[in-house]
Amino acid sequence: MEFFIVQLLNGISYGLLLFMLSSGLTLVFSLMGVLNFAHASFYMLGAYFAYQVSTYIGFYPALVIAPLLVGGIGMLVERYGLRKVHRYGHVAELLFTFGLAYLIDEAVHLVWGRAAVEYRIPPSLEGPLFMVFTSQYPIYRGFMMLVSMAMLVSIWLMLTRTRIGLVIQAALTHPQTVEALGHNVPRVFMLVFGGGAALAGLAGVIGGNAFVTEPGMAAAVGPIIFVVVVVGGMGSLAGAFVASLLIGCLQTFSVGLDWKFAGLFARFGWTVTPETPFATLWNITLAQAAPVLPYLLMVLILIFRPRGLLGTRDG
Amino acid sequence: MANLRMPPVNLGRWLLWGSTALLFIVAPLVFTQGFALTMMTQMGAFIIFALSYNMLLGQGGMLSFGHAVYSGLGAYFAVHALNMIGKGTLAFPVMLLPLVGGSAGLVFGVLFGYVTTRKAGTTFAMISLGIGELVHACVLMFPRFFGGEGGISTNRVVGHPFLGLTFGPAIQVYYLVAFWCFACMIAMFALTQTPLGRMANAVRDNPERAEFVGYDTQKVRFLQLVLAGFFAGISGALSCINFEIVTDENVSALRSGGVLLATFIGGTGFFFGPIIGSVVFIFFVVALSGFTQAWLLYLGLFFLAMVLYAPGGIASLLMMQLPVIRAGRFRRLLVPYLLALAAGLVAFAGLIGVVEMVYRISDASLDSQMSLFGVGFDAKSPQPWIAFALLLAAGLVALRLAAGHVGERWGAIHNELQGSEP
Repeated sequence: MEFFIVQLLNGISYGLLLFMLSSGLTLVFSLMGVLNFAHASFYMLGAYFAYQVSTYIGFYPALVIAPLLVGGIGMLVERYGLRKVHRYGHVAELLFTFGLAYLIDEAVHLVWGRAAVEYRIPPSLEGPLFMVFTSQYPIYRGFMMLVSMAMLVSIWLMLTRTRIGLVIQAALTHPQTVEALGHNVPRVFMLVFGGGAALAGLAGVIGGNAFVTEPGMAAAVGPIIFVVVVVGGMGSLAGAFVASLLIGCLQTFSVGLDWKFAGLFARFGWTVTPETPFATLWNITLAQAAPVLPYLLMVLILIFRPRGLLGTRDG
Repeated sequence: MANLRMPPVNLGRWLLWGSTALLFIVAPLVFTQGFALTMMTQMGAFIIFALSYNMLLGQGGMLSFGHAVYSGLGAYFAVHALNMIGKGTLAFPVMLLPLVGGSAGLVFGVLFGYVTTRKAGTTFAMISLGIGELVHACVLMFPRFFGGEGGISTNRVVGHPFLGLTFGPAIQVYYLVAFWCFACMIAMFALTQTPLGRMANAVRDNPERAEFVGYDTQKVRFLQLVLAGFFAGISGALSCINFEIVTDENVSALRSGGVLLATFIGGTGFFFGPIIGSVVFIFFVVALSGFTQAWLLYLGLFFLAMVLYAPGGIASLLMMQLPVIRAGRFRRLLVPYLLALAAGLVAFAGLIGVVEMVYRISDASLDSQMSLFGVGFDAKSPQPWIAFALLLAAGLVALRLAAGHVGERWGAIHNELQGSEP
């Protein structure tokens, strides 16, 4: 029970972090039809900027400044890069963001080196928040959840209650009509792209010190958020939310479990010996298989429900 | 070349392929250094890889982010076959080992292609990425077959030498790769001429219409992917023979990304584009990485510049010149071209200076005293920063002006040609 509750809390906080990343990605995708390959790189930039800012003026200012910086970069990228390649079609846009991801990775290598930087949790957020039976639940995890939830609610309010949010929603489905009504749709695109980048940056700020801030962090999380977007349904914000929590829990739970097929077989009275065919496969524990599970889930979803969990468009 | 087309023999094509074969044979006689030989061997294997990738991206319109899966798994099966030959449990000529890799690529192409080719476009790109990550994670999960992080090493000098070929010396490996590269080039070119190759183009350009004509688009994509997997497997086996080691890097996203970069830089619209791309890419990877740590940054910048300004790749830039040359007007473009090149070089020099200085300062283990272009200076003093920044800015401004000039001349010539043709 204790294991279950702790892992559930961890899974939810990780899932919320994933949602902060995938919400920007999926918004940009549904608005512009571009899957932004550099999205995870913005996440990494957020972490590094926060590290740099926090060494000068502390963590809390960094919590605001770093996402804004990343958002600014995102807007510049949209204005002077993406908008230019837009006329060459979606493949060119995808390739542009792919090249950008390379570039940001290398720039991070150049500026901050190849080793992890010492980006730590601020002292005021260290320590246990409450006890789950015998194990402590750290304050920082709670803080992560709080920030993610606050972000989530404010995005939802912005999209549904404000004027710009309504314009964004309208531009999702009928960009020509919105343009004809006198709204500057390219600027909406720029704002959304910048906003998505800023969200990724914010996720980097709070994720960078919870995990590790190193040049490989973009490559580690990038494919996972793509899995989230595909599993949830391309362009579906609600789907991304469900898929984020699902994959967050899937990953945290599987790491802690050592179930294996051999154990399952043993219940039915079969024992797996080294001579059994595919013995290595049956002896792999769930913890060992953890890195594969999200991708396996994605492949299964694509075979049995290609539009994703809550997706509406087919392919 | 149009006047060389004498049916039934297409003389121009024979000339082109003949000179390609000649180039393969003569190249190691001209560049005799060991360094050049290893580079050319890698280029040969990579050309097959990039061409097979272009069967998807260029000919089939499928943007794959996981093509290294097929070459990497091909390499793993080839390395096991090679080890079995070494142990004497398998009698198979080393020369034909690429067929083992190719078959493995083919089988996995059938397996994964069934899942990936159901959709085209962005969905295909995503699934291929997912499959790539899946395979990469699996490779690390089963150390018994894939050797874990250390990979599987082998020895290529095994079995009975055929005609005295042991494949010990690098030159023999080069000719083996060259032979396979040439054979695969011909095979893949021939494939573009078959109904399947043509239908792949149709499915790329207008899938709906292709379906109305009565073709199953999924089946066309599937066949194209399976065949591309076969050729990728051949390239994987060749790189296994060349390096005598196969690690998880062979199936990694880095390698999938590399082949995408190479193919796109070369140009996806023409058959020979990926060949140019591979040569440029391997040059970047092998030669440039020896000089600077920032080679990936330069490669990334080069790639971005291509995406922004020349989405057809180097091949399309070359082919654009053909009508101008044929009309005898290339001389008028020569001066603007040279000006643009000079401006570009100035900007590039400035960029190199800035990047190398950043690198020098960020790496604490290095001395800030450095030398570039034969000039020694201290990276921590402001003068070189100002100098290189000025160089970069001046070069960029000049490049913009020169590009405008090129565009003007180009437009004028284009108008003249259009006016004279009908």
